[in-house]
Amino acid sequence: MTLAIEMKNITKQFPGVKANDKVSFNVEKGEIHSLLGENGAGKTTLMNVLFGLYKAEKGEIFLKGEKIAIENPKQALKKGLGMVHQHFMLINRMTVLENIILGMGNELSLNKKEHRKRINKLAGKYDFAINIDEKIENLSVGMKQRVEILKTLYRGAEIIIFDEPTAVLTPGEVEELYNILNMLRDQGKTVIFITHKLNETMEIADRITVLRNGKKVSTIRKEDTNTNKLAQLMVGREVEFEVEIKEKKPGNEILKVKNLELLLGKNESIDLSIQQGEIVGIAGVEGNGQLELEEMIMGLRKVKKGHIYLNNKEITEMRTKDRKKMKIAYIPSDRHNRAIFKNFTIEENILLGYHYKLPFCKNHILQKDNLKKHSQKIISDYNIKTPDSGQLIKNLSGGNQQKVVLGREVSQQPEFILAAQPTRGLDIGAIEYIHNLLLELREDNKGILLISADLNEVIKLSDRIAVLYEGKFMGLKDKKDFSRKEIGMLMAGEMIDSEA
Amino acid sequence: MKLKDIIGGISRSESVKDIYISLFSILLALIIGALLIFLIGSSPLQAFTVMLDGAFGSISNIANTLSKTIPLIFTGLAVAVAFRCGLFNIGAEGQLYLGAFFSVLTALKFSFLPAFLLLPVAILGGIISGMIWGGIPGFFKAQFGTHEVVVTVMMNYIGINITSYLVNYPFKAEGWVAQTDIIPNAANLPKLIPKTQLSAGLIVAIIAALAVYFLLWKTDFGYEIRAVGENPTTAESGGINIKKNISLAMAISGGLAALAGVTQSLGVYERFIDGFSPGYGFTGIAVAVLGRNHPLGVILTALLFGALETGALKMDRVTEISNDLVIVIQGLVILFVAAPEIIRSILKRRESQ
Repeated sequence: MTLAIEMKNITKQFPGVKANDKVSFNVEKGEIHSLLGENGAGKTTLMNVLFGLYKAEKGEIFLKGEKIAIENPKQALKKGLGMVHQHFMLINRMTVLENIILGMGNELSLNKKEHRKRINKLAGKYDFAINIDEKIENLSVGMKQRVEILKTLYRGAEIIIFDEPTAVLTPGEVEELYNILNMLRDQGKTVIFITHKLNETMEIADRITVLRNGKKVSTIRKEDTNTNKLAQLMVGREVEFEVEIKEKKPGNEILKVKNLELLLGKNESIDLSIQQGEIVGIAGVEGNGQLELEEMIMGLRKVKKGHIYLNNKEITEMRTKDRKKMKIAYIPSDRHNRAIFKNFTIEENILLGYHYKLPFCKNHILQKDNLKKHSQKIISDYNIKTPDSGQLIKNLSGGNQQKVVLGREVSQQPEFILAAQPTRGLDIGAIEYIHNLLLELREDNKGILLISADLNEVIKLSDRIAVLYEGKFMGLKDKKDFSRKEIGMLMAGEMIDSEA
Repeated sequence: MKLKDIIGGISRSESVKDIYISLFSILLALIIGALLIFLIGSSPLQAFTVMLDGAFGSISNIANTLSKTIPLIFTGLAVAVAFRCGLFNIGAEGQLYLGAFFSVLTALKFSFLPAFLLLPVAILGGIISGMIWGGIPGFFKAQFGTHEVVVTVMMNYIGINITSYLVNYPFKAEGWVAQTDIIPNAANLPKLIPKTQLSAGLIVAIIAALAVYFLLWKTDFGYEIRAVGENPTTAESGGINIKKNISLAMAISGGLAALAGVTQSLGVYERFIDGFSPGYGFTGIAVAVLGRNHPLGVILTALLFGALETGALKMDRVTEISNDLVIVIQGLVILFVAAPEIIRSILKRRESQ
């Protein structure tokens, strides 16, 4: 088997951290190779070195056995490397065709007609059912991704790197992406698939390279491993996947949402009721009203139509501050713009929302000793890795930042917890911790609304699940009455024939 | 690149490293200043010795330096408080004119008050007028989303010209000069050192700096102001009222700026004089930036600027170097402080592309 790419002893140093430490990595021609690791393991750095975005201090790169030095992405493209980014680099107001040929004008002095012919042929070859005269803004996320793939192919890429490509897709679209990847391989292309998701890796990869803390841990064939082994390689210890959720009788209703219109002009609304001691999960692709629901419950967005009740009291028009007084804990989906002050200390972040009342404030004077004590307790209770509570929060990892947020909110004895995308962007260890914490809170008879784009998370934690699509619930049932496939279809807006 | 990002970057940094940036900028500016002096054929060493002597060489020189420092402390604090709330108050100049005029007017109209009350009431009159003048753009921003930079700039013209009108027509004292009558003695800020310009305004300035520090870092009000400045959406989700804090911070900022005019009028001129400010309000922006929007930094920077100015006067007299050189040096200091932020923000933009 010939090697498409061989990277030898790549070392890339950033101030204070070795992002890649003597990493050797090789990809065979015509395989799908999964580059697996947690956030910060060095996957993206390694690919950026390959792509010429970073220059490694040490190490060599060989392309088809020939030593190369790539200085910038443009050269990488010329050598047949292509990258499909997580965030699409497309111009919404232009058509598919225009986006694909954008920036190629000088190199290929072809007219649009010729381009059109060639692109259509290429799309046909890979079975992309795509109208290349459609504007990007009218395409679904999955289709936009195809445009990106087509773009790299049209530029002659032989080796295509996918950076976390499934993050934005519905389950159905993920399946289609897998088909495309397989087809690319069958056509002789080489695929590198960056991910931190184990099941994806097991689904699609031929071989797997696991990175941890900037070092290569192992390269294995898929047949020789399984999800548990991979998780252990990735995290460095055993990880519990299955959690046992105890049967529990829900108590009184804590949150009620009535006729709430999430998306303006869609003329759809939702009804929802959450009891003490249960977790209700909202599944769905982001952008279908999740953010609106979250912000309306917290009073951060005006409710145009509908009502929200907390503990039988209407809060629809109430100020955020007063809602928080009614014991809502809020884990915002946008950590950086809703949950933390990155240039403030951990203590000052823990103060938010409770800064005006005892024990942290007396006669408008902040009680720093009490705050410090409380912060230190949160740090030790939640196992937050930091030298002390006076550190700026931006110096913590994402997982530890999220633990500070959880600590702040949960330590105030809430009765209802709104957890929106609580584990997004976090590594396995932190996810596991947060999942267990949410389950403990459920055990403690709190009512919990979990809004998450991660279907696995919703299925794992929820008692009941609702699927949100274009501002309405496509179904709200006990978890046991849902199949994963069913949820996946509902997420894409497909109605299920009522056979029962 | 957004102006606000740059200012934000400057205003939020608090670590020790940033103090070095300020000090290094000053040093670099002085070196370039020295080079300029050398290039025009004079001796930098002599120039700086003369300047140092002019600023600190005698008791009266020190008094003059401190006296020049006072208004800059107030305007620096004013801009710093607004910065901490994420706002750019360019209106300190107008606010200080309003403050100066209305403190003098209060002193004149309330001269029947007992002596011990007249001075505090006059000061209060000035502060309130500044708070209103600063609070208006804050309120507009909070309620209608107008940009505070545009509104404060426009209100500078209005404020300066209104007071100019008032002192030229209704409240003009007899004589050629556009100034009010002299205020009663009881309304004077006492002189700290006789026969100099140094008044008790210095004490008011230091109290104001301590008060700003206490407000911003020791009270829940200050926490809210800083929270809104650091990240308004996070503050909002913590139940903090953004609109209230924007109005409040601008009003406090206006009140502080007003004190610059109040202390000049009640402490130095003993009346309101048309066009008395050489741009304290604008220099205040530089003082706040270089002082890292911290009260202590503001005091030190104001002192540096005050010293440069009195020193320059002597340099102008004794040597052939124009005192405009000091403005160049001040400009360079600001440039070097701001440059890292500008570069950082350009880099960030590159990255995001």
